[in-house]
Amino acid sequence: MKKGVMRPGHVQIRVLDMDEAVKHYTDLMGLIETDRDDQGRVYLKAWTEVDKFSVVLREADEPGCDFMGFKVLDEEVLVQLEKDLVDYGVEVEQVPAEELKDCGRRVRFTVPSGHAFELYADKLYTGKWGLSSVNPEAWPRGLQGMKAVRFDHCLFYGPELAATYDIFVSVLGFDLAEQVLDPEGTRVAQFLTVSMKEHDIAFIHHEEKGKFHHASFHLETWEDVLRAADLITMTDTSIDIGPTRHGLTHGKTIYFFDPSGNRNEVFCGGDYFYPDHKPVTWKTEELGKAIFYHDRTLNERFMTVLT
Amino acid sequence: MAGFQVFNRTTGDDFICQEGQSVLKAMEQRGLKCVPVGCRGGGCGFCKIRVLEGHFECGKMSKRHAPPEAVEKGEVLACRIYPLTDLVIECVPLPEAALAKQTTNR
Repeated sequence: MKKGVMRPGHVQIRVLDMDEAVKHYTDLMGLIETDRDDQGRVYLKAWTEVDKFSVVLREADEPGCDFMGFKVLDEEVLVQLEKDLVDYGVEVEQVPAEELKDCGRRVRFTVPSGHAFELYADKLYTGKWGLSSVNPEAWPRGLQGMKAVRFDHCLFYGPELAATYDIFVSVLGFDLAEQVLDPEGTRVAQFLTVSMKEHDIAFIHHEEKGKFHHASFHLETWEDVLRAADLITMTDTSIDIGPTRHGLTHGKTIYFFDPSGNRNEVFCGGDYFYPDHKPVTWKTEELGKAIFYHDRTLNERFMTVLT
Repeated sequence: MAGFQVFNRTTGDDFICQEGQSVLKAMEQRGLKCVPVGCRGGGCGFCKIRVLEGHFECGKMSKRHAPPEAVEKGEVLACRIYPLTDLVIECVPLPEAALAKQTTNR
């Protein structure tokens, strides 16, 4: 049941070299740099996004994901969800307004899989990039590279999926859209949504806590995915796999790595979700097909290479 | 350009690495698979090797997978080292967490 969490709002990604990373996320992926702060972090957004930023890059010794944030409807919802988390036994941390520039206060918590998440209600509304909100043109000129449409979701790897599921579903009002079950019926992958999308966040079971599999960005068409593949080759960017189709979600996809080894996805299409939909189940016996619908074999790098 | 000879003592493979090219990229270009290929960005630790002989320059690598004390012993990521002389390398086993994952998802 919906509890006022609207959508993925941002992700903070650690990179080894800021200049290389900014070039990758702007020139290649087509995100737009919107700001920098005195910690040296760089703020980026995709062109259709209405708020000021959705991706924050932070230079560090080790790549990976610092946290992912979800935007909630308003302050009232934020107060309620914070209380619900605390009542459920989740430790929450207050991050003051402006810790991220032009973002309101954030409520941060770590789930049993080892990943940090945030809820927030306010961020500076800057509107879609390059377009008026009155009589807008179809798209703005001057977009770079893949012209990523929006930050869409993240996939995380970690243990304790059941306890993590409980927080997202029982406390935060996410729904289970798709799952992978092993022969004993244990859920080893969970795709969760707060929208019509097949996933706003996903988890796959892994022994080590807090691992980052990928941040994903939406493209409009399969042709755009092929064009992304061309650009990956033109820029000699490290490719993982694709273009291909997933069994899970049925999205059409390509995976590649940023210059620090964080995996990115751009994708289009895929299934949709309404709250009356029952979860789609894949079995581990068919995991190869669930992950890559055409290859139908397990891809070791995709399953094990993480930051 | 002659490049540098890289010899993998674990597998017996050898290949030429051009100046300024990473060892992993040179290996991939030759179609060899004697070092595991991960992110190619110094981030995931999959291509960890030990350099037994020779000199090289290092690019940025995740401290988690290539901490300074390991780098001193020649334990580096093949995607982020650029030979300055011929090299002799050997494979370093994958971390247990990665291997456990492979068996979990049979």
